[in-house]
Amino acid sequence: MNLIVPIKMVPDLVEELVIDASGARLDPEAVRLKLNELDEHAIEQAILLKEKGAASQVIVVAPDIEGIDEVLFTAAAQGADRLIKLTGRWSYDVSNRALARVLANFIKTLRPELILTGVQAHNDLDGAVGPALAEHLGMAYVGYVSGVIIANGSARVRKEFPGGLIAEMQVQLPAVLGIQAAEKPPRYVPISKIRATMKTATIETFPAAVLETIGAPVNVHLFPPETRERATMIEGDVNAVAARLVEIFKEHGVL
Amino acid sequence: MNPDIFVVIEHLRGQVSDLSYVMLAAARVLANATGGKVIAVLLGHDAESLARDFAADRVLYIEHSAFADFSPDAYQRTLENVIKEHAPRAVLFGDTTIGGDVAAWLSTRLNLPLVSACRTVSAEDGTLKFVSQICGGKMMAEGELPGPTALVMMVPGGYKPEQGRAAQAPELVSGAAPALDDLRVRVNEYIEPAVGDVDIAKEAILVSVGRGIQNQDNIELAKELAQVLGGVVSGSRPVIDQGWLPPTRLVGKSGKAVKPKLYLALGISGAPEHVEAIGNAEMIIAINTDPAAPIFNLAKFGAQVDILDLLPVLTEHVQQARGG
Amino acid sequence: MPIRPEFWGIPHEWNPALWSYSMMFLAALILLVRVYLHARWWWQVGRPERRWDQLPLRMWRLIRYAIVQTKVLDQRYPGVMHVAIAWSFFVFFIGTTLAAVNSHLFEVLQLLGNTTAREHPETFVFLKGDVYLVFKLILDLAVVMFLIGAALVGYRRFVQKPARLTLDNRFVFTFVMLVVIVVGGLIVESLRLAVEKPAWAWWMPAGWLVAQLWLVTGASNETLVTWHLGFWLVHLGTVVLTLVTLPVGTLVHVLTSPLNIFFSKLDRPMGQLAPMAQTQEGKPIYASTLRGLTWKQLLDGDACTECGRCQDACPAFAAGTPLSPKQVIVSIREALKRDGAVLVRGNGATPLLVGETIQDAVVWSCTTCGACVRECPVLIEHIDTIVDLRRYLVSEGKLDAQLQDALAKLGRYGNSFGKSERLRAQWAQTLQPKLKDARKEPVEYLWFVGDYAAYSPSVVDLTRQTAQVFQRAGLDVGILYEAERNAGNDVRRIGEEGLFEVLVEKNVAALSKATFQTIVTTDPHTYNTLKNEYPRMTNEQMTNDKLQRTPVLHYAELLDTLITSGKLKFSKKLNYTVTYHDPCYLGRYNGVYDAPRRVIEATGCKLVEMPRHRDRAFCCGAGGGRIWMEEGAVKERPSEARIREAAALEGVTVFVTACPKDVTMFRDAVKTTGNESRLVVKDLIELVNEAL
Repeated sequence: MNLIVPIKMVPDLVEELVIDASGARLDPEAVRLKLNELDEHAIEQAILLKEKGAASQVIVVAPDIEGIDEVLFTAAAQGADRLIKLTGRWSYDVSNRALARVLANFIKTLRPELILTGVQAHNDLDGAVGPALAEHLGMAYVGYVSGVIIANGSARVRKEFPGGLIAEMQVQLPAVLGIQAAEKPPRYVPISKIRATMKTATIETFPAAVLETIGAPVNVHLFPPETRERATMIEGDVNAVAARLVEIFKEHGVL
Repeated sequence: MNPDIFVVIEHLRGQVSDLSYVMLAAARVLANATGGKVIAVLLGHDAESLARDFAADRVLYIEHSAFADFSPDAYQRTLENVIKEHAPRAVLFGDTTIGGDVAAWLSTRLNLPLVSACRTVSAEDGTLKFVSQICGGKMMAEGELPGPTALVMMVPGGYKPEQGRAAQAPELVSGAAPALDDLRVRVNEYIEPAVGDVDIAKEAILVSVGRGIQNQDNIELAKELAQVLGGVVSGSRPVIDQGWLPPTRLVGKSGKAVKPKLYLALGISGAPEHVEAIGNAEMIIAINTDPAAPIFNLAKFGAQVDILDLLPVLTEHVQQARGG
Repeated sequence: MPIRPEFWGIPHEWNPALWSYSMMFLAALILLVRVYLHARWWWQVGRPERRWDQLPLRMWRLIRYAIVQTKVLDQRYPGVMHVAIAWSFFVFFIGTTLAAVNSHLFEVLQLLGNTTAREHPETFVFLKGDVYLVFKLILDLAVVMFLIGAALVGYRRFVQKPARLTLDNRFVFTFVMLVVIVVGGLIVESLRLAVEKPAWAWWMPAGWLVAQLWLVTGASNETLVTWHLGFWLVHLGTVVLTLVTLPVGTLVHVLTSPLNIFFSKLDRPMGQLAPMAQTQEGKPIYASTLRGLTWKQLLDGDACTECGRCQDACPAFAAGTPLSPKQVIVSIREALKRDGAVLVRGNGATPLLVGETIQDAVVWSCTTCGACVRECPVLIEHIDTIVDLRRYLVSEGKLDAQLQDALAKLGRYGNSFGKSERLRAQWAQTLQPKLKDARKEPVEYLWFVGDYAAYSPSVVDLTRQTAQVFQRAGLDVGILYEAERNAGNDVRRIGEEGLFEVLVEKNVAALSKATFQTIVTTDPHTYNTLKNEYPRMTNEQMTNDKLQRTPVLHYAELLDTLITSGKLKFSKKLNYTVTYHDPCYLGRYNGVYDAPRRVIEATGCKLVEMPRHRDRAFCCGAGGGRIWMEEGAVKERPSEARIREAAALEGVTVFVTACPKDVTMFRDAVKTTGNESRLVVKDLIELVNEAL
């Protein structure tokens, strides 16, 4: 079974987020990109399914953004079989609607049976990629999935609800699943293995279809969160902080 | 052009989510600007009574046995028809495990604009606007909601659920469901969370830990503090994912919403998925070495020290205050 | 005229020379064959390694460690005990050889046609007269020395029974055999003396004393001669038996240990790990099975005498983790014994070295402090093997989640804290005047700050103090600001060689662009790798000529020089009574013990040493990547044990160290052991700052 994992790069929140001069997006010079964490889980879940014999091939598909090569090679070192880069005039913050359409046009050619992708990314502003992708491909979609079993041509997935409740659902294939968590945390690959993979694996490139711009949020401008409700900071070392906290606890009536 | 604002109500096993009421409040803001009505769309099975306290002008109730559970397929098809038929000015969904499965599909299907992570809405000179919270809560995005129909996925925090509750039930109108016999997604069974552990939603004092706790062994430090305070340990998503605390202790979007008297957020950055679940805490105190952590925007008091250094010292101070 | 008797009391018609020499020869042959059959597995199973260089130096080390046995003597009781037995046997061996030469040299020379041998054979008989008497005296004294040693052994093994020694049958057998040999020899001599009663009998005091026993019994000479014959046969028999069973008893170490000492590593200092093993095509070789180890690592296993000194010194073992360095080495030996044949034949599956023979947790518990290597009397190299096993585990992704997380952060951000690289020099922003940027202008001292000094909130203050002290001393010093990355010492010791190389590349790229005379750092781990490993990397992108010639200093060494040269003058004398903890990578690994002590003294503090100090210092437990791993179940953290050791010193109020990780670990330990009112942990720079 062909298992496709579309992934994307998002800003690394460890770095300071700087808004560019236009105010409409993050400054591309200052932003540092990393693989969307939930896409890491999607890759891991896909490899797990392959190791269990449920999938024959894991194909990772990504837009050609700076830094994507290393991400794809890491996926190959983890066990992905094919690495695909869609080239074109991309920027990482293209709207998910546009991304979904481009992905769908390409993925159609791969005869996909199951598609796993991160259920969301922290920089999503027009919903996630997964459901849009499913609509283009005419497939079923279930999101917030934290467990997948393939049996008899259909998938049994665990969908998360609030309060720790899980619904076990039956999904007809082909389908798109939005992954919240892989069954195991994403595996570590030693750098030497990634470097070795760089020598043996190849990244296939395909031209991406033209991006549409309709449907993206209109006249967006970014600003940092309001700080007028900012907490009163307690100064000093841990002893000073602890002493003040005990006072606060007393005042609040919990001590 | 239809000026009405539709709200897709989220409910599960007889319970309507707080977020649904938040959305009704937001819808009211938009409806006041467009001059339209707030219409709650309720898809259910024998579920009319759920609508009894909706602050809406009308409830569009669609009955079908398939709505006894949430199936993305069923909701997608039904809402497609609803939106095509009524073409409202805006449709509000929850940015959740229910709304998330549906809204983006509809946006693509019907070629309608979609905005997610929306916290508040407003109107300015006839233009409908949104403010969303992205990048782990570290960035806000403001923009317009274009016509003829805009889809909006909402997160909690911008409005209080009370603002979306009414004293009396609104008018109920029935709608027809499309054929829903050949659904591709069905629920087999529900798996309840483990019982026998504490219900953090009922606790008055929560000592909550995030990534900053660093490893399982350090959880002991939090437990000791919780013990002397008479509270209980809870955690954010990364802590539960690592298996350092059981899922019953998860505070957050996929865990529990809590309303303690005191919420100590230790080493928690304050991502929206977590923050939305602590909005009702009486007092939040946050300890984090990152001064830019979004949690400080919500907390009443904060300190920028290492929680691993603070915990044993604080435990001792509390113990002394209690009289040894 | 005293002269050495030939086969006294043995019937001539038995041809004792022929028999005894034949039996000994046969026994030796069997011994060598048996040893060979096992030893060949070392090179048939193990990877090749070049250890035949510098023969004279190797011979010298052999004399020092295998004959004089200086490392064995490091511990008094077992040292004296062992040396008494070993040296006595050296004497016996030399004595027996001399006796054989004495008896048969002229015969051999006669056969070779030497005329002097034919006409004056007595010229080649040297064991006569005074020479003979001294010869006998020495041998007798050796017997006494052995008996004292044997008594010490008996008491230690059967009465004291220390935990680190495993008492089993093989040992008892060996012990009994040795005692029987020596006592048997003594009895043989005494019986002869009882019969001969020579005038020079007191030159053989032990034998003569025992002879009195026989004289007291009043037995006839014939009886004595019969007894003599009997004991002589027993003596011969036990020697033959000992030789033949040597390969399977504990005595095998008399062969394997000197071999191990002879082949111990000379090509690299302790602080430099060997690079990854590679096949011809450049593919890495992992130590998944014994085949992944070198022949020397397999020899390590066979050389181990199971003395347990490494285990006693190991902080991980003391903390209650599954690691015992002795067990690791013994496991390798057992594995080779069990699987050697199969591995050589090449068919059949053998158990994995890690995961089956040795558990993962054992390998991960090591702090790489080097105490085991320092203690080992036969120079076993435990850490090299443990790192090789870790390299295998890393290749398989078998690391705990916290370690994986730390490595991912190191790979992505160049530091284990997961903070942006752009924040690396944030600590320096408040300095007035600003520290020079070594990326932009030449400096004399390039200060390689290190992760903990730059990013850890509790250590950053010390870093600023260090900057101030450097300024006071008028040093021309600069840092690499955001271009610096974790130096990689502990990344390498975790076994992530690939990540180590990435870090080296980045650091070397930054260093290449800068101009400096000396590198200085406050972190001993950084110091170790910059000094011992960076200059010796073989890849072009990972080193350059300048690095190979640049001296690397730990700041304690620099402070020492500054104080001695007068560039740093103290305005007051601190009156603290302090103790100093030698950081593992500064002291044991790189021999820097005195510089920090001189600095302490110069500040006016009084230094009281902990029982375990200098090269015996007890590790804080953070090294080898342990600070990044889940702690697991420990019964007492090494740092806590160390603080207790310090707290036991009367009058000591300050615990001084010279490593940022030590400061972090020990400050925590002071709190968790409840010693806050008793001890305060200070870094060396704090003393210097206070005294300025």
